[in-house]
Order: sequence, then C-alpha cells, then structure tokens
Amino acid sequence: MATFKEFRNNVKPNWCPGCGDFSVQASIQRAAANIGLEPHQLAVISGIGCSGRISGYINAYGLHGIHGRALPIAQGVKLANRELTVIASGGDGDGFAIGMGHTVHAIRRNLDITYIVMDNQIYGLTKGQTSPRSAEGFKTKSTPEGSIESTLSPLEIALSAGATFVAQSFSSDLKQLTSLIEAGMQHKGFSLINVFSPCVTFNKVNTYDWFKEHIVNLEQFPEYDPSNRIAAMNKIMETGGMLTGLIYQDKNRKSYEDMAVGFGQEALAKQDLSLSREQFDKLVAEFK
Amino acid sequence: MISQLSWKIGGQQGEGVESTDRIFSTALNRLGYYLYGYRHFSSRIKGGHTNNKIRISTKPIRAISDDLDILVAFDQESIDLNAGELRAGGVVVADAKFSPTIPEGIEARLFAVPITAIAEELGTSLMKNMVASGASWALLGLPLEVFNKAVEEEFGRKGPAVVEKNVQAVKRGAEFVLEQAGGPLEQFKLESADGKQKLFMIGNEALGLGAIAAGCRLMSAYPITPASEIMEYLIKKLPKFGGTVVQTEDEIAAATMAIGANYAGVRTMTASAGPGLSLMMESIGLSGMTETPLVIVDTQRGGPSTGLPTKQEQSDINALIYGTHGEIPKVVLAPSTIEECFYDMVEAFNVAEVYQVPVIVATDLQLSLGKQSCEPLDYGRIRIERGKLQTGELPEREPNKLFPRYEFSEDGISPRVLPGAMNGIHHVTGVEHDQEGKPSESADNRRKMMEKRMGKLDSLRITDAVKADAPHEAPDLVVVAMGSTGGTVDEARLRLAQEGMAINHVTVRQLHPFPSDLLEPHLRKAKKVVVLENNATGQLANLIKMNVGCHDKIESLLKYDGTPFLPSEIEKACREMR
Repeated sequence: MATFKEFRNNVKPNWCPGCGDFSVQASIQRAAANIGLEPHQLAVISGIGCSGRISGYINAYGLHGIHGRALPIAQGVKLANRELTVIASGGDGDGFAIGMGHTVHAIRRNLDITYIVMDNQIYGLTKGQTSPRSAEGFKTKSTPEGSIESTLSPLEIALSAGATFVAQSFSSDLKQLTSLIEAGMQHKGFSLINVFSPCVTFNKVNTYDWFKEHIVNLEQFPEYDPSNRIAAMNKIMETGGMLTGLIYQDKNRKSYEDMAVGFGQEALAKQDLSLSREQFDKLVAEFK
Repeated sequence: MISQLSWKIGGQQGEGVESTDRIFSTALNRLGYYLYGYRHFSSRIKGGHTNNKIRISTKPIRAISDDLDILVAFDQESIDLNAGELRAGGVVVADAKFSPTIPEGIEARLFAVPITAIAEELGTSLMKNMVASGASWALLGLPLEVFNKAVEEEFGRKGPAVVEKNVQAVKRGAEFVLEQAGGPLEQFKLESADGKQKLFMIGNEALGLGAIAAGCRLMSAYPITPASEIMEYLIKKLPKFGGTVVQTEDEIAAATMAIGANYAGVRTMTASAGPGLSLMMESIGLSGMTETPLVIVDTQRGGPSTGLPTKQEQSDINALIYGTHGEIPKVVLAPSTIEECFYDMVEAFNVAEVYQVPVIVATDLQLSLGKQSCEPLDYGRIRIERGKLQTGELPEREPNKLFPRYEFSEDGISPRVLPGAMNGIHHVTGVEHDQEGKPSESADNRRKMMEKRMGKLDSLRITDAVKADAPHEAPDLVVVAMGSTGGTVDEARLRLAQEGMAINHVTVRQLHPFPSDLLEPHLRKAKKVVVLENNATGQLANLIKMNVGCHDKIESLLKYDGTPFLPSEIEKACREMR
C-alpha cells in the first residue's frame, strides 16, 4: 500500500513561502494514500495559475492544461478510463471566471471526478488583479478604486446547478480538508471542494487570521443534515458563504458514466479498437 | 433514352421537402442509379423557401447540374425562384391549389396537380409530398412498386394503415398526371441503371462511419451547421461499442475533453465549423505542445463570424493552418469525395496517434451535406496504427525518475504511455517542458524541443496527398481544386475535351504540411494553372504560390456567393483562360 510519501515527487513548488496551496497539495497526497490508491491510479488535471501547477507536484499522472479548461480535460480522462481516480484542480480565476461555464456544466454532467478549487480571492500569478471571488470594494491593481462587481458564490451556484457533492474547507485545517477530499473522491459523482487558500503576497485582506475569524465550521451544528438541499442553501446564505465542512451530498443520483446508455463498465481505453468484418458490414448496410 | 436527369423539389421549410427527397432518392437508389444531391436551405426551421435537387445518372456523378428537367413546386415562390434553371422542354409539377403560372420567357410544360386536394381527400394535407412525388415519378415512367417499397420503409414504423394511405397518395398523384400527360414523358425516359443498389449517404455520415472504423469510441461536440449530423450519427452507433457522444457546453470544452480522452487512451474526435474552430484554436495548441493526439473535423461553411451558416465556402484554409498561436506541428487534410471522407478519417486517427499531433479533417458544406452515391467501402483498407504507444509492462523507474514521455529521438517522436500504467508516471504540460514533461525554461532544452516537435512531420505524406488525373504531357491547363469541387471540374473537363482542350486535374488533399514535392511536377508541365476555390482571397492559390512558386502561371477562379461551382462556370472560365 502506498503511503502519502509515495505521492510526493522531487519538484520544488514555485509557490511563495506560506502559500495556502502547500497544504492543499499535502491533503491530496494524504487523502489519496488514505483511500488506498497507488500513484499510477490517480490523475490530477490542473488549470493555469499559481495553483494550476499542483499537478506537477504530486507523484501521479498529471496534466497541466490551459487556463480554465481543467474540467473538460478531466472529464475526457474519466470518460476514457473510468478506473482512474481523477482530480481536477485550479484557482478561483480558473474555475469561476474563465472556466465558469465548464464548472456549471461539469456539475450538471456529474461525472465521477473531484474538483478542488484553491480559492484565494485574487489573481496571484499575474501579480494581483481582482477575481470573481474578491469582495466588493476590494482594491487591486485592476480595481484601484475597489471592485464594484458583486462577489460570486460558487457554493450557491453549485447547488442550483444540481451538484451532488459540495464541500468547503480551509487550507490550515489539514485534517478537515483531507477527510473532505477523501469523501469527495469516494463520492460516486462530481464533487466540488472549494478551499480557502490564502495568497500571502497579493491578498492582504483575506489572510489566515481573517479566515480564522470569519469561518463557520459546520461541526458547530450537530443537527445539520447535508442531505437536505434547502437547508444547505440556507446555511450558505446565513454564513455569507463562510461555512466549512460537507455542505451537501446526494448519494442517490447516478454518475454520468452509469447513466449513459451503452457506456462500458470497463475502461474504454482498454478496449480493442478494431471492428469485425461482420460489425463493419452491418454498419455499411444501413446506407443501402 | 437519356443517361442523366435533374429533379428538384421546392417549398417552404418544414413542408416535407426533405422527406420527399429522401423517398424519391431511396427509390432511385434501389434501381441502381447514381445520385448526387444538393440542399438549398436556410438557418430556420419552419418557413422560408427551401429546395433539394437530385442529379440522377446511369454513370458515377459528383457534381450538381447546370440545369433542371423536373421541378416539383409546393408554392409559386418555388417556381419563381427555380424555373430559370429549367432547360427547354422542362417540366413543372405544381399544386393546382395556388393556380401556378410559369414566369414569362421560360419554356416549360406545367402540370397543375390537385396535390393538396388529393391529400386532404385521403385524410391529411401532410401527404401532399407523396402526391407530388408520385406524380413526378410517374412522368419518368419508372416502376411504381419500387417507389412504394421506399414509401413503406419511410412509414413502416407508423403501421400498415399509414403506409397504405401514403401508397394511395402516390398512386393518385401518378394517375392524375399520367392522364394529363397521356403517359410517361418520352424525353425523360432514363436508360436502365445497373440494378445494383449503391451506398447512399452524406459526407458527414461517411466521416462518422470512418471514425468508428478507425476505432473512435468517444466524441465530444457542440451542435453547429453543417457538422451536427456527425454527432447525431455517432450517438446512435457508439453506445453499441461501449462509447458515447457528449454534447458539451461549447467548442472549447469539446476540444479539451477530446484531448483529455485521447491522453487517457481512447480515440476521440470532435467536429465543428468555422465559429467552433475559432474557439478551439488554443486547444489545438495544447494538443500540439503536449503531443497529444486529437482529431477535429471542420465542415467549412460561409464565414466570417456567423457568415452564411447553410452555404458553401472553403475559406477556413488559412485559419486551420495558421490559427493557433505559437508554432506547433499540425496536419490538415481535405477529403474530396464521399469515399475519401471515410478513408481519411481512418488515416487521420492513425496520423494523430503515430505522430502525436492534432489532425484537422476539412470538408466543405456540399461534401458534408450533399447526399450522394458512394462506391463500396473496403474493409481491407482499414488499418489501426498506434505508433509508439507502450502497452506492455514497463520497467521500474529509479527513484524520482519519470517515464521519458518527451524523450529526444531520431524521428522526434517519443514513447507514449497511458495514465493508469504502472511505472509510466510522467508529467504533461502546455508549458515548455523537459523529456519527463517537467516545466523547463532552459534555452538549450527549448531549442531541442522545438526542433523535435517541428521536425516530426517532415516526412508525412498521407495517401494520395496530391491526387492527379493528369493524362496530358503538355496540358493546355492544369486545374487545381480541393474538397467537393473536384467532381464539377471533372464534368467541365469532359465537355472541354470534346473541343480538344487538354486539361489535367489535380486535387490537393493534404493542405498542411504542404506536399510541394508532389504538386510541383504537375505545375511544371502546365502552361497555365487555374486554382479553383470557394473563397474570395484565393487561399489555396496563395498556399501553392508560397510553397511551390509558379506565380506567373497561376490564375484563380473564385466563387464566394455561397453556392458551389457549376460545371458550366468552370467550362466557361477554362475556355477564357486558355
């Protein structure tokens, strides 16, 4: 059995010291080991941005694609080989700005993959511009007078798009984050895990201390039932989207792979590609 | 007796023009005639004039005709818009309901048939297309039972009562017109066909069939005219092979999903037209940079922007070749016949995997949507080649050593392994990378990687990259064309040959990398070269000038009004250019 150490490689991340993404990386590595995966059984598909580099820092199959497109690539990987555990990941710009269209539709499609967003409310790699997650009034290089656009609530959007697994966590809470990633990977369908992952260089507002002060851990509410969609939406709104933990899970809905008529139970990638003479003749005969 | 004839049906979109055409041509196909269809339609579902034209011949044909023999019209607009095409002695079969008239100056015989009245009498005006087609079929003097068989196939699933009613409608239409005409018209008496039923399909179906034969098991695509039939065909078939079609949220998702699936080992395609291709450009770059196979079909239509979505054009050539930012190896193919649509898809998937590159298969609207007879498809020609894909067990790696996915090699092509394989872990990134796929900004590595990628296609020549019908050692003209235009060239050529004009016909089927070496000998022989294409700027001619030269010999014949070339247009131009 692989331990989390086997999911490490010798590539030194180019993240700033203190970046929240280090803990996300460690949590993925631990979660993968905890659920009994071997490195070659995991594929991490990432977008572009600081956090997008994560696929290169985990010893697993990894693809670092183009900005905003981690999800469609990850879905392609899963469709080709449903035996793989597939994680898509990237930042809030990647998933909620340029890639928002894919996020909503990946949620609707409900393929069995896990999407981990490292949400730092700012564009880091381009050195500090506003993100859809920035608070109104947030001053950045691109919003010197403060952002005048409303802040996007990915959790509300996910729920309304029909998400079957929605969770949120904080990169400092390694224990909670690891267990949510495990639960997400074991969920049979699309799982969204939004992670507050502070940018220590460009975001001087949403700092570690700020999050510690504002986060509402769902553990405080022992009666909370994550299978209740209305309660989940209410709780997201009540807490201004600052809640952490498993917010919603629908264990009944089947994944896309299981619903698609005729879709193979075995990895398509392992199938023989050739057509028999008989199969070919049958297809051609339809055009007579 | 005649050997070929043109038939057209016109009406409002949604009025049954498509289904009439389908039944009419199915019946002709049963008799063994060669058919070539042309659809005139608009970007709307109901309303607006639409017409379908079928060319019927005892010999293979690949072009629409200059003129028309029989026009079936559901409304006066269809007569007004199309009667000009009728040749002297042509016939109009029209619904008596609207008191049809033939426009002044046109010599044609009118048969006003109570099409709607008969249909209503039999139960529903929906059957008026059956009355109309029965009438026009009867004028040809072809056996009615063959037509009835086609009617049965069309309506069989609706039950015997519906079939019977439609058969009645056909019969009534036929009887009425035969009485008026005094029997089948002598001038439309077609020679018997060979009686051998041909394959009959549109290019998009041939592309889809080719993809399945090539081992494609997934398609991710976004609907668009004139590409959607490919996804519609594949969603009916792929589940039978364990695969599926995913209708994505946009073309960016379609292309990137296909990249993800190809990376993970399933032959996956997408298909679109100009607007979608524009959206896919960044993804095509990712495929080229990460050396991940990808097959895209571009069914060219009138551009730019939304352009002429339902009309013919060949104006994506530059965009397909140069559209991606930066420099990547890429292949652009252009099938020129329906059979090539099939075989080229098999080749496209092989090239994509063997060379680990994006391959674009460019058709045009007429090739994609024109329904036509297809020669038997050869199972024996299907080969699946996966190149340097490693499928066996891999040796254990030293600690911290990854699979050398981008290893430098003599041919520039590196071993490839699929995610899930033990000891195959490597990284893939659109960032410049080293031999294990790890990001690298080293100048030395960058130079070597660029040379590796850009050198991969040096030797690539697809089957018949340049296809030539070049019987003349010293031709008066060499006509160069691509896509669906070839059949029209052949027809014009045949006519000009009777006047003693020696024309060689060359089709460019590999647009990129450009097969200069194969084209050059043909141009060298020519006194004059005419490059024919459906665009306004002569994109193919410019490619030839850039790659081969011969600037002084090359003249362009361009057509960019949304309609395909007619044989007579080529004939006239060749005569003038000689």
